[in-house]
Amino acid sequence: MHHLAIDRLTASYDGKEQVLVDVSLQVAKGEIVSLIGPSGSGKSSLLRSLVGLLVPKSGEVMLDGEKVDYTNRKSVKALRERLAIVFQQYNLFQNMDALRNVTVAPVKIRKRNAREVEEEATALLRKVGLGDKLHAYPDELSGGQQQRVAIARALALKPDILLLDEVTSALDPELVSEVLDAIRILAADGMTMLMVSHEMALVREISTRVVMMDRGRVIEEGTADRIFDNPRTERCQEFVSKILGH
Amino acid sequence: MGGSLLEQLPLFLSYSNVSFLARAFGVTVALSIVGAVVGYTVGALLAFIRNRHVVDVLPARFLSVGFSETFRRVPFLVKLMVVFFAFEVVGMRVSMFTVTATTVALAAAAFSAEIMRAGLEALPESQWDAAESMNMGGVMSLRLWALPQSWKVILPPALSFTVGLVKSTSIASQISVFELTYAAKVLNERGFSPVLSFGSLLVLYFMICYPLNLYARRLERQLERPRGWKPGAPLLAESGAA
Repeated sequence: MHHLAIDRLTASYDGKEQVLVDVSLQVAKGEIVSLIGPSGSGKSSLLRSLVGLLVPKSGEVMLDGEKVDYTNRKSVKALRERLAIVFQQYNLFQNMDALRNVTVAPVKIRKRNAREVEEEATALLRKVGLGDKLHAYPDELSGGQQQRVAIARALALKPDILLLDEVTSALDPELVSEVLDAIRILAADGMTMLMVSHEMALVREISTRVVMMDRGRVIEEGTADRIFDNPRTERCQEFVSKILGH
Repeated sequence: MGGSLLEQLPLFLSYSNVSFLARAFGVTVALSIVGAVVGYTVGALLAFIRNRHVVDVLPARFLSVGFSETFRRVPFLVKLMVVFFAFEVVGMRVSMFTVTATTVALAAAAFSAEIMRAGLEALPESQWDAAESMNMGGVMSLRLWALPQSWKVILPPALSFTVGLVKSTSIASQISVFELTYAAKVLNERGFSPVLSFGSLLVLYFMICYPLNLYARRLERQLERPRGWKPGAPLLAESGAA
C-alpha cells in the first residue's frame, strides 16, 4: 500500500481554469518525490491541494489507505496532523521569536507539554543550524535562516510527509545552500518528502523519483537519472534541456 | 467688550458655573468612553466577521460590510436622529444620554470595523495559509499572531478617530443632552460673553483631545522603532539581519 496515493485529482481557483487535471501520483514511505515543471504547471497547487488550502473538485487522495474527504472539516484536520508544508515565503509569525514559531502549533493546537516541545524545538533548530538564534525574531534573521526556522516549525509537528514548496526560490543565491543542507539532513534521516524545486542538482541528488508536470498534468515520471538523462516526452525533453542548459 | 469680559470673569468662574461646566465635561467624557468602548468592541467583532479566515459565512460578511458602509457614510447628526426615532418606534423610553451614547457607539463601530479590517488585511495572506495548514483556527490566529502584528496598522488611525469621536459628541447638544457644547450655550444664554462661554468650551475640548493626540503620536513613534531600540539610537537603525 502506498503511503500517499493521489488519484485523478482535479482542482481550480474560483471555478475558473483548472490548475490540476487528473493528477495521479503515489508516494511510498521514505520516498523523496520531486515535482518539476515550468511556472504555472500546477506543482505548488498540488501541494496546496493536498493540505486542503485549495479544495480539489474531484479525484481522490488516500493516506495509508484512508480516503481524505476535503469537504469534511474533521477529515482535513486529521490529514493536516500528518502532512506539514513549508512555503516559499517562509510565513513565520513576525511577533514570535524562532523558538516560539516552532513551539506554538504543538503547544497551542496539539496541546502537548510546553517544556517537552521546547526541548524538541531547540534540538530541531540546532539541527538546522540555528542553535544560536533561538530567540531571534524573523526580522532579525536572513531569508535562509527564516526558511530553516520554517522547516523546523514543520518538523515540530512530526509529520509523516513533509511538503516543500519551492523553499529556496525566494532566497538570495548565497543563502540557498544553507537551506539545501537542511533538506539533505532530512533526506538522510529518511523523511518522506514531496518537494517542488527548481534546484535541479538537489533534485537529482536526493530524489527517489521525479515527476514532471505541465499545464496541471503529470506528463512523465521516473527516477531522477532517467528523467534528466533520458526524458521520453517531447515536453520533458524541452524542459530538461532548457533547465540543464544543454 | 474687553472691559465687560474682565467684569464678567469672576462671576463666570464662580463655583456654580465651574461645577456646571465640570458636570458637562464629565458627560462628554462619559459619552466618549461608553461610545468608544461599546463601539470599538462591536467594530472589532464586525471586522472579525468580515475576515474570511475567521468567519467563513458569506451572509455574515455581507451584514458586516453593509453596516460599516452605511453608518460610515451618514452624518453624525442624521445617525443621532435615526437612533432617536428608532428608540421611539420600538417603544423604548430611554434618556438622551443613552440615545447619544448609542449613536457614538454606532459611529465608532462602523469606523473602527473599517480600521481593523484594513489592519488585518495588511497581513500577508500566506501567513493565514501557514496557520491554516497547521490546523490553527481563525480565532486562535487572531489572538496569537494576527492582532499582535496588526496593532501597528490599527492603533494610530484608531486613536486619531477617537479624537474625532470626542468632538462629534458636541452634536448631542442638538437634542438637549447636557454635555459641553450644550453647557456653553446655556452659559451664553444666561448673558455671559460668547468669548467666555465658547472659549472655555475650546479649552475643555482641548484638555480631552490634546492628550489623546500626544498619546497617538507617541504610540506611532514607538511602533516605528525597530526591536531592541534604545533612546538616543537612530530610529531607522539596521534591524540586524544576519
